[in-house]
Amino acid sequence: MTTFLPRDPKVHPPAHTPGYKSSVLRSPRLPKLSFENSLSEATGPVFGHDLLGPLDHDLIENYAQPGESAIGERIIVHGRLLDEQARPVPGALIEVWQANAGGRYRHKKDGYLAALDPNFGGCGRVITGADGAYAFRTIRPGPYPWPNGANDWRPAHIHFSIFGQGWAQRLITQMYFEGDPHIALCPIVQTIPDPAAIDALTARLDMGATVPMDARAYRFDLVLRGHRQTFFENRVEGA
Amino acid sequence: MPKESASQTAGPYVHIGCVPSFAGLKGRGPDLGAAMVTDATRGERITVEGYVYDGAGAPLRDALLEIWQADADGLYASPAETRGTADPVFTGWGRQPTDGETGLYRFETIKPGRVPWPDGRMQAPHLSLWLVARGINLGLATRIYFADEAEANAGDPLLARIDPPSRVRTLVAERQGDTYCFNIHLQGPGETVFLDV
Repeated sequence: MTTFLPRDPKVHPPAHTPGYKSSVLRSPRLPKLSFENSLSEATGPVFGHDLLGPLDHDLIENYAQPGESAIGERIIVHGRLLDEQARPVPGALIEVWQANAGGRYRHKKDGYLAALDPNFGGCGRVITGADGAYAFRTIRPGPYPWPNGANDWRPAHIHFSIFGQGWAQRLITQMYFEGDPHIALCPIVQTIPDPAAIDALTARLDMGATVPMDARAYRFDLVLRGHRQTFFENRVEGA
Repeated sequence: MPKESASQTAGPYVHIGCVPSFAGLKGRGPDLGAAMVTDATRGERITVEGYVYDGAGAPLRDALLEIWQADADGLYASPAETRGTADPVFTGWGRQPTDGETGLYRFETIKPGRVPWPDGRMQAPHLSLWLVARGINLGLATRIYFADEAEANAGDPLLARIDPPSRVRTLVAERQGDTYCFNIHLQGPGETVFLDV
C-alpha cells in the first residue's frame, strides 16, 4: 500500500492567525490526532477526462457570449504538479477560481464597487497530464479590498483546489503574481510563516510560453505531499 | 527536494470554483460530487447532516465539505485499492456546501463497509470528512462514525487513540430514523477531534 509522508507543519499556516481575523473563531485549539495512513487516507477519488467540458480550461471563453471574451490582461497559467520526491502527479483534478480584472467575484456576497464582467465567470478546471503538466487560459485578476483591517487589500491571486492520488494529499492554496507589492502586505499571505513557502506560491512571468500578440504566460508549479510504498508493496513503481 | 505547497484559506468564494451551480454559475452541468448514489448503488441509504459551529457557537454558512468513503463492502473506488473492485456505480466521494442561510449541510449516501487498519484489524464503518471555509488556513480532516455501531466503534483502532476517551463522542453521528446527525465544533468545550491526515 502506498502511504503518504507526514505533512510538515512548518510549511503551512498555523490555524490561529489573529492578523487574519476570520481565523480567530474558526481555528481548532487542541492538537490534531496523528496516526498512520490506512486505506481511508491512501486512497482517493478519481476524476476522468470525460467530466471536463471543452472550454473548462479557458476562463476567457467559458462564460463568454459567442464572439465575445472576458475583459482584462490575457494570460496563460501553466506548470507541473509534483510530489515531494519531484515525481509528477498525473491524472489529478485541479479546479481554479478567481476575481475578474477589476477584482470582483461573480458571487452574490461580493459587494465590491468594481464592475462585474458579463463575459467572465471566474472558474475553470483541468486534469494533469502524464508528466503532471497543466495549463489554463484566463485574465489576470485584479487586487481588491476586504474587511479585515481598515485598509487591507488582497494581492491579485488565483485559488487552486487539488486532488492528488490519495485523500491525504487534498490541498487548497492560492497563486500570487511575481512583483505584486501587496504580497508582503496581505494578512492572508502572511499566515504562512516561511518566506520560502510564500515564494513558492508566487508565479513567474514566463516569456518562453507567451503567445505573441495574444497572451502572456505565468509559470506555477505545485507540490503535493510525497508518498512511499510500504515493504509489502510489490507492484511496479507508478503502476 | 521540493516541499509541499503551503495551504491557503479557500476564502468565502470557494463555491465559484468547487460548486459553481451553487454560486449561481449555470451552464456546466451538475456540480462535481453533488450526487453520490444512483438506484443501482448497493448498500443501505443514509442521510448525514449537521452544522459546523465556530468558536462563538454560530453555524458556518460559507463552508464546503467533502466526504470520502468505502462502498457497502468496504472497498474504495481508487487505483490504490488492491483487495477487489468497488461498486462501479459508487465513486465514494461527495461534496456539499453548507446552506447559505441556515448553515445546514447534507449528504445522501450509503452506509460504508468496514476497512482494515494497517495491521489488519478492521476499522469501524466511517466516512472521512474534509472541511474548508474562510478563516480555515489548512483544510480540516475528521471522521464520521455511527452511533448504532457501538461494538465496532469500541474496537476501532483510531478511536482507541483518542485521549481523553470522552472526546470520542465528537466523531460519532447520532441516528434519527434514516438520518445521522453530525455537528462539527471548531472550538470550545466540545471541539471536534481533527486528524493529522
